[in-house]
Amino acid sequence: MSKIPLQFRHNGRDVAIFVDGGTNLLVALRELIGDMTPKFGCGQGGCGTCSVLIDGELHLSCLTLAETVAGRAVETLDGMKQGPNLHPLQRAFADNFAAQCGYCTPGMLMAAKALLDRNPSPSRDEVIEAISGNICRCTGYEPIINAILAAAGGRVSA
Amino acid sequence: MAVTVKTFASASEAAGALSSDRSARYLGGGTLVMRALNEGDVSISTVVRAQDQALTRIDASGPRITLGAGVTFARVLAERDLGFLHAPARSIGGPAVRNMGTVGGNLFAPNPYGDFTVALLALDATVAVAGGFGSRDIPIEEFLQARDRQAGALVLSISCTRPASTEAFRYRKIARIKPKGGSVITLAAHLPISGGRIAGARIALGSMAPTQIRARAAERALDGRSLDAATIAAAASAVTEGTSPSDNALGSAWYRREIVGVHLRRLLSGQE
Repeated sequence: MSKIPLQFRHNGRDVAIFVDGGTNLLVALRELIGDMTPKFGCGQGGCGTCSVLIDGELHLSCLTLAETVAGRAVETLDGMKQGPNLHPLQRAFADNFAAQCGYCTPGMLMAAKALLDRNPSPSRDEVIEAISGNICRCTGYEPIINAILAAAGGRVSA
Repeated sequence: MAVTVKTFASASEAAGALSSDRSARYLGGGTLVMRALNEGDVSISTVVRAQDQALTRIDASGPRITLGAGVTFARVLAERDLGFLHAPARSIGGPAVRNMGTVGGNLFAPNPYGDFTVALLALDATVAVAGGFGSRDIPIEEFLQARDRQAGALVLSISCTRPASTEAFRYRKIARIKPKGGSVITLAAHLPISGGRIAGARIALGSMAPTQIRARAAERALDGRSLDAATIAAAASAVTEGTSPSDNALGSAWYRREIVGVHLRRLLSGQE
């Protein structure tokens, strides 16, 4: 079966790859582009660890047909750090012990970024709603919620 | 296994491709079809897409509203004129699923999903479907009864009449995890009031049968009566009639039968 050419913006950089028909965006990012930050969890849309932003909107990359992002902008955790510095959300996750095993962290950070990009000072309930599609089996969520609120409030160490 | 992806500019071309190929599935938001592909569903060899703007149109200005099949739940939530559909839209998935999942796809979502369709069934929605034969309008109840045979048809849009008041339409999803979780049961009630009495009640249930169903015995208990405690009790005790729930990880069939009356009573009496 012939390969399909695909071009899109990946963390601000133009990329061009060839994908098989039916390839999902998670496989395209990890295996064809080498961006290992979005993780494979369930492949069913239940866990959220493959979350990425497509044109600024939170999507599950495992349920996104790769060729549907042609010409669009895909952001992953790999593009979050600002030069040598961590993004305030990443700093807040470190400061607040919001990552334990770390497997959910890429998806949590993208879900949190999707929230703060639209709503810079969310309530606690809005934070809970924003990460409701992301499962964490280690932390019990409280440190993650606190980290996102700390990043939103600017209460993050330099 | 790689599949063939066919992308069309118009919905009618996509409908033609879908109706002529039994192994073709239409890709909407991806939450059902991509999941099936990820699980290695070999019954799908062709994925059909349409980039037709008509499929993502919302007409919410008048008394009858129409949602293109490709309208996402996030867009329903962003539309102030669709306030009566916000509770069912918000009850689905997390933000990412709501950015992807569509009202058309929800018609095909098996238990424990398909909550938006429960609301549309209570609202007596009409489903516009295109097949090899052209397009036609089907009442949602008829569509759901024949859902297994609808795979070759493409849903274009769904329309329904706006409820007369916020009191006239009620929705409740019971999930074990809040704010997100699959449905243990889902209930929706449309209660038009005429001269102080209910006229044309529609009660719809999710996860109480293989597809979303109406609780006709409960509807009969409500019709022609005022919404008082005795009427609500009669409807609640009749609600399991005609249901055939299954066991799954979220709850047993027995448990579903036990709680559906309790939650209908709470829904009808306006309790949280």
